[in-house]
Amino acid sequence: MQNLFYILSGLTIFAAIMVIISKHPIRSILFLVFTFFLISAHYVLLNAQFLALVNVVVYAGAIMVLFLFVVMFLNLNQDIERFKSWIPLSAAAISGACLFLVFFSAFRTSVLASHENTGGYQQGLVENLGEVLYRDYLFPMEICSILFLVAMIGVVLLGRKERVEPIKNLVP
Amino acid sequence: MNTIPELIRTVPLQHYLVLSTCLFFIGMIGVLVRRNIIIVFMCIEIMLNAVNLLMVSVSAYRGEASGQIMVLFIMAVAAAEVSVGLAIIVMMYKNLKTTNIDLFNQLKG
Repeated sequence: MQNLFYILSGLTIFAAIMVIISKHPIRSILFLVFTFFLISAHYVLLNAQFLALVNVVVYAGAIMVLFLFVVMFLNLNQDIERFKSWIPLSAAAISGACLFLVFFSAFRTSVLASHENTGGYQQGLVENLGEVLYRDYLFPMEICSILFLVAMIGVVLLGRKERVEPIKNLVP
Repeated sequence: MNTIPELIRTVPLQHYLVLSTCLFFIGMIGVLVRRNIIIVFMCIEIMLNAVNLLMVSVSAYRGEASGQIMVLFIMAVAAAEVSVGLAIIVMMYKNLKTTNIDLFNQLKG
């Protein structure tokens, strides 16, 4: 079980690095799908089955299909990163890595204050999560539905074909 | 029934902390380094997923269901964000015929 965790972690980090490194957008999208599946495997190991399922359905299913659709729709073959100078790229990478080192060295010696388990290890199952969601978090869930409605209206408005007004009508 | 799973007995919580920090900073370096706006967007998704992983692990170790509910809300917000953001990207591509974010400087004063 322990080895499984470390193998999964290494694969997750490898796939996430490949998302950044790969030249072609399609390839990095496929590596991102792989990353999401590996994170779902982590959720299964943590006994959070419902979130693993939701992660596969929402992220690897819906969001990634949207990304793939947009990339194939835009036909990105001709301009693959033309403006490339090494100084800002290396500055960004080095500063990000330095910040990571700061965080890592802070976490390595940290002691988590209270670590005892209060609610049992079956919290991630559907029955417990559904009970908590509909008992304590009912109002945020309704707000979530309104958020989806707003997003849908926004996407329809953005994707509408714009009627081009002639410039001379705008000038008084 | 309520036995401790083997993973929680053998792997300390700090390792999940380090793993999600790694993922978060890989996403951050991707946002800083890459110039294609779609890949920048995907790196933001990696950062969101790192936070989700940390929340689920702490919630599983502590036996608290609220963290997993919060992850559910983060996923819902991320889905809405991705749909609106991709619509904006498509509209910008229609206007400028590129996805390089160095050229998206129309809002500069």
